[in-house]
Amino acid sequence: MKAFTAILKRDLRVAMHRKVEVLSGLFFYLVVATLFPLAIGSDLDILRRIAPGILWVGALLSSMLTLGRLFEADWQDGSLEQLVLTPHNLSLLVFAKIISHWTLCGLPLVILAPVLGLMFDLPIEFVLVLMGTLLIGTPILSCLGAIASALTLGLRGGGVLISLLVLPLFVPVLVFGSGAVESLAAGLGSQAYFSILMAMLMPAVFFSPWACATALRVAFE
Amino acid sequence: MTLPNRLEIKNLSLSRGGRQLLRDLSFSLNPGEWLHLQGDNGIGKTSLLRVICSLAPLDEGEVLWRGQNIHEDLPLYLKDIFFVGHKLALKEELTAFENLAIECALMGVPAKDLDLKQALDHFGLKGREHVPLGILSQGQKRRVALAKLKLARAPLWVLDEPLVALDSHTVELFTQLLGQHLTSAGMVILTSHQPIQLSGLGRVLMLSR
Repeated sequence: MKAFTAILKRDLRVAMHRKVEVLSGLFFYLVVATLFPLAIGSDLDILRRIAPGILWVGALLSSMLTLGRLFEADWQDGSLEQLVLTPHNLSLLVFAKIISHWTLCGLPLVILAPVLGLMFDLPIEFVLVLMGTLLIGTPILSCLGAIASALTLGLRGGGVLISLLVLPLFVPVLVFGSGAVESLAAGLGSQAYFSILMAMLMPAVFFSPWACATALRVAFE
Repeated sequence: MTLPNRLEIKNLSLSRGGRQLLRDLSFSLNPGEWLHLQGDNGIGKTSLLRVICSLAPLDEGEVLWRGQNIHEDLPLYLKDIFFVGHKLALKEELTAFENLAIECALMGVPAKDLDLKQALDHFGLKGREHVPLGILSQGQKRRVALAKLKLARAPLWVLDEPLVALDSHTVELFTQLLGQHLTSAGMVILTSHQPIQLSGLGRVLMLSR
């Protein structure tokens, strides 16, 4: 557990020194969300209808933008080699890295969602549902993205490969994440969408660190 | 019954990128012994160290630790080795002190602040403990990486080119540390293009085509 917290703290501390890298995903999310109303116009009915989709697509792309860096820096400076060589469970250490990725790249999107929701004139209950889906959905993106990041480690053009690998996996999260708000707007409630997202989150959290650890060992070989 | 520490390489063959690097290599290392691997660039020194550390696969043969194949109980074996590679495994954004503290947590070594300070002091980094690594010189960064050895509890040290960018005084400090480790029944296997004067039982293994 000490090694787990050490990795978590280390990654967060290092990120504090690499603010540009951390903020680039958030900035991208902001730009995507801001440009759509400018391009589409100020019709509030249309904006309200497309808001969940736009915010979820923004979150998904922003998450993809930052996935390449999940293991890359550790791979470059030799830290990853040391992680593999520790007697601790590698899956647990990888899980610490996934949590730090989500804290730095996923959580800010959740926190920013109300501000952007208001920009699209979303009612407060819709904003809360949107935040809830992002809160459950963005960790799934981090977990699935981490597998792709580990599989493409050290490969030339790894960034493009990550996109190709994760996009099909991200689609269900996107559909159910944005669908929750639309369902609420249609008066059907969003409970089922939350249940499905939770059902996706559980195996993702459970299997992703193990899959990443296996992929990392293969990368070294 | 726990068998005594002993590293044994048996009939090891190794190839990379379709090229045979090592063929039928065998040697062993007992407590208090050191082995200096030498040879031209690209001959397979680093690859051999990586195989010993379980980081790379081999074609034939096996690596035994205490008479058992290392892959049979890898976590147990990993507790007994400490590897310093070409890459220093240090975070430039963090200080030398922070880097060592993280390393101790990963090694499972309970180290106090004073231990970390002493390890850095040993390599002449007094007063540089809380400076971000990014502004230290290459030699100083290498010293921080070697300071990890002062805290390592593993009996087998595997060191890949540890003397790169070090001045003669630091090389002396480093060899002193290796000497202490060997005296306390440790084992060292290292590669270096520079000659190393070490006490204890040791040999140079020259790899050639």
